[in-house]
Amino acid sequence: MLNKREIFETQHMIDREHLDIRTITMGISLRDCAHGDAKVATRKIYDKITRCAERLVPVGRDIEREMGIPIVNKRISVTPMALVADASETEDYVPFAEAMDRAAGECGVDFIGGFSALVQKGFTSGDRKLIAAIPEALAATKYVCSSVNVASTRAGINMDAVRLMGEIVKKTAERTAGQQGLGCAKLVVFCNAVEDNPFMAGAFHGVGEPECVINVGVSGPGVVSYALKQVKGEPIDVVAETIKKTAFKVTRMGQLIAREASTRLNVPFGIVDLSLAPTPAQGDSVARILEAIGLERCGTHGTTAALALLNDAVKKGGVMASSQVGGLSGAFIPVSEDEGMIAAAQAGTLTIDKLEAMTCVCSVGLDMIAVPGDTSAETISAIIADEAAIGMINTKTTAVRIIPAPGKAVGDTIELGGLLGSAPVMPVHTESSAEFIHRGGRVPAPLNSLKN
Amino acid sequence: MHAIITVIGHDRVGIIAGICVALAGVNVNVLDISQTILGGMFTMVMLVDVGEASVPFEKVGETLDEEAARLGVNVRIQREEIFDAMHRI
Repeated sequence: MLNKREIFETQHMIDREHLDIRTITMGISLRDCAHGDAKVATRKIYDKITRCAERLVPVGRDIEREMGIPIVNKRISVTPMALVADASETEDYVPFAEAMDRAAGECGVDFIGGFSALVQKGFTSGDRKLIAAIPEALAATKYVCSSVNVASTRAGINMDAVRLMGEIVKKTAERTAGQQGLGCAKLVVFCNAVEDNPFMAGAFHGVGEPECVINVGVSGPGVVSYALKQVKGEPIDVVAETIKKTAFKVTRMGQLIAREASTRLNVPFGIVDLSLAPTPAQGDSVARILEAIGLERCGTHGTTAALALLNDAVKKGGVMASSQVGGLSGAFIPVSEDEGMIAAAQAGTLTIDKLEAMTCVCSVGLDMIAVPGDTSAETISAIIADEAAIGMINTKTTAVRIIPAPGKAVGDTIELGGLLGSAPVMPVHTESSAEFIHRGGRVPAPLNSLKN
Repeated sequence: MHAIITVIGHDRVGIIAGICVALAGVNVNVLDISQTILGGMFTMVMLVDVGEASVPFEKVGETLDEEAARLGVNVRIQREEIFDAMHRI
């Protein structure tokens, strides 16, 4: 029989250290929903999503109850909608987002991702229509998340798409100004987007994925923080070992839940994503882990090194605990969703420039950052270009999820609510990048893409 | 299907009896009990078999919650797999 110490350790992690399963995400292919008539296509989309995901939420709740571990989100990701909608003879893609939204509402999920386009090398006519529809789609829907992949290591950076997305981010913020630019919290611009990401807002069901699949994202910054407090003053390799052991335990939970959900829903198990995803709750912060490693405040010198160690140790611990690892698998650093990051940004220690450096060594990129409402579209495009360059050269996923908060200036804070948290408006460089962005064209794929 | 029940609370007469009667009422078999008093707190871990329970898992939990409220203790039931996954390779 298990010993009491082990049982109470697990319960302590759940009760006091915020251990949870962050998301069960069902990926659904909509490739068979394409139709010349947009009305038929949107009906097929609604029908397929609601048919496949009908039992997702109740099954998630059952597992939660029986295992005694919270499953915070149940979500759906679908085929990038530009691929599905391309066949329809229509200029307006907003109804496709509305069909996704209705289906998500019917299934009772928290979010649905996949109002997406993959344009790293160029646009199809469907891609252009989808991107044009993003501001309205995100304003008109509640659950829909959107993403656009503008670059990859193999293709280089589509600078026309980078320029366009700067404008789309601005329009999305303006279109949802009444909610402090909330639409931008549901819009991600990627380089090297992954096809099996269970996390929002960037989840979509890639073209190489099966008909339907279950992906699980684990969490556990609070558990890592707690473990590190027990090794205060020890050498850094003890820190790495402690993180590895903790990540192993956390990931084993994810693997168990993924298998269980897959069996009960009769849907293949895809991957466990080993990400350390923070929440705005006290004690569930990635920034506080970095501080527990020995930094007075996240963002000071040493932050990038500490984050690199954390990110690597999480992967090393997690990869042994799961049969299939995928998604983004690394530490997330979303500013508004992390209580410690918010504090560090408010103190001025954590800047966008430092965050950019941090994105070189961890999962994803400049995430959930509020900038002044008068930030130009070209500056946002240039921020996207910088992140895309980091991703392209380092063969990793990077992304930008940025909120030019309408009417807000540095010193203000926007409240997005729930897991999206609150974001202090951070300063950006005011010198212009417009001439660079207006050049357009494509950044050629880097030499390190030529692997064959 | 095995589950772990943990009971924590101020010690009093009849905690084990109350929990066991509640479990018997829904046909849940007790396989092992480990109980101690830690710093004045009653602490018990039980391994039970819920495979033959007369009600769904959720109802077993509700039955235990009712009994726990009557006894003034905290009780929790979780499937054994979650602990095995974390602590056994």
